[in-house]
Amino acid sequence: MSTQLITTGRPRRTGVPARSREPLLRRLVLRGPVYLLMVGASILALVPFLWMVIASTHKTSDLFVTPLPLLPGGEFWQNLGRLQETIGFGQVMLNSVLVAVLYTIFSSIVSVMCGYGLATYRFRGRGVLLGAILVTMMIPMQVLLVPLFQMMASVGWIDSYQALIVPFLANAFGIFLMRQGFLDFPTTLIEAARIDGASELRTFYRIVLPVARPQIAALIIYTFISQWNSFIWPLLMLNTEDKYTIPVALNTMIGLSRVDYSGLMLGSLLATLPLFILFLVFQKQFVAGLLGGAVKG
Amino acid sequence: MQRPGMWFALPAAALLVIFFAYPLAVSLLQSFFSTRGGVSTFVGLDQYTRMFRDPLVLESLGNALLILVVQVPIMIALAVGLAYLLNQAWLRFRSGFRLITFLPAITTLVAYSVVFRVMMTTDGGLLNQALALFGAAPIDWLNNEWWARVAVIASITWRWTGYNMVIILAGLQAIPPELYEAARIDGAGRWQTFWHVVVPQLRPVLIFTSVTSTIGALQLFDENFILTGGGPNNATLTPVLYLYKIGFQQFDFGYANAIAWMLVVLTAIIAVIQFRIMREKP
Repeated sequence: MSTQLITTGRPRRTGVPARSREPLLRRLVLRGPVYLLMVGASILALVPFLWMVIASTHKTSDLFVTPLPLLPGGEFWQNLGRLQETIGFGQVMLNSVLVAVLYTIFSSIVSVMCGYGLATYRFRGRGVLLGAILVTMMIPMQVLLVPLFQMMASVGWIDSYQALIVPFLANAFGIFLMRQGFLDFPTTLIEAARIDGASELRTFYRIVLPVARPQIAALIIYTFISQWNSFIWPLLMLNTEDKYTIPVALNTMIGLSRVDYSGLMLGSLLATLPLFILFLVFQKQFVAGLLGGAVKG
Repeated sequence: MQRPGMWFALPAAALLVIFFAYPLAVSLLQSFFSTRGGVSTFVGLDQYTRMFRDPLVLESLGNALLILVVQVPIMIALAVGLAYLLNQAWLRFRSGFRLITFLPAITTLVAYSVVFRVMMTTDGGLLNQALALFGAAPIDWLNNEWWARVAVIASITWRWTGYNMVIILAGLQAIPPELYEAARIDGAGRWQTFWHVVVPQLRPVLIFTSVTSTIGALQLFDENFILTGGGPNNATLTPVLYLYKIGFQQFDFGYANAIAWMLVVLTAIIAVIQFRIMREKP
């Protein structure tokens, strides 16, 4: 099912057809409020974003005066400088990117391989593995917090990036997403490659991966977002400031005795920006990834 | 073809055993022990019976239940309404409205919570200043027990309505246009069409969004941690927040594990209910 519905500007035939025979006046009376509602909903959705942009370009002391500033101010660079001073924002951003990118690469490889194996081959233990993955999806991750914490402590991984990446490499949701994707994969392509004498690995690498690119893109985006947003686990694992990821660093700023509100807003803005850009560039895959197969189910 | 499948699945299977199955078993085992002071003693089901006597467990469950009963229905209703209107063929700027109402779903959880916390500042915060325009007195959003709950509910609704809207919109677009046509030929009005054609067709999607939102409400952490820290007076304490405090501020691992397993059981119950509802035909 298509998920590009967010942005296609072309009229679609699938919408509820208009009751065009109704008189103009009645149509206006019915439709006017709908437009008002839509504008209202859009304003509600946008205000926090606008305020984030405006607030991050003003001094903290200007954020709570009456009337509030309605346009961006000129304090952006000062706020950025202070953010760099207090929490080393450049480093923090770099940490977040590093962890998210590394996690995305390795976790996606694991998910794609396992999903492909489950969907294409029959092997002993396949049913058990599939069942285990479904169960894993249902079990709240929080149940692992204590035992994983102890495990990380016993191998000396506390305050390291391995601790953020390795325990969650096998992502049940990602595996399931890929398995569903590969179930629809044209088996004739695989057969043809086999007849041509290609090895299984080569078939996977040269035939399957290129064709499955859209699903994999959705998986990559889903995986990246989940690590980028991750909060409770990094909060438990990291205790050196220059290793913090963005959510942990933002949390630290809230706890300071004198809260730098414009710095916080700028930090929040910069934390959202990568996702925003990703969304604008890869809208279709982004939505598919964010909904994680919900739409397809 | 035995071998290749196994090789493809092996990394994931090994990782799941080491980092999921094993800690899961450890967590269950530990929930029967008391680990205070670094010494483990077997206490049987004491950690579980302790939960029933712990007012904070009940409080956190009550807060989760409140969100479940109040926030989830409001959000799903809003999402259905939005999606339905955004699926009308005559509506102009549809894609623009869809894009904008979906935007909150792309924000980082901690970041948007920070923004809401700043907007909900009592003295001069954006929200209170907006209310003042309508002549309303400032509200102590994050320090009053009930307003803090409202604040959490409002924030989550802002973040997740657009997300659910898109899922429901996809469900709406899967409804064959002939059904609308047939309803019109049968003389059904707008409301009748909505209730008797659209809603039944959306059933699976509605169940899906309700259940994921319910499980989400049960596992709430980031928003409450940033917005209120669970306060004031534990009015916004959630089960996971409590688990965090017991486990990593009091280091009472046995009890934390028992609380975690309570969450597992509750989630399983919700999943079973979902399965039952899905299976029976309307």
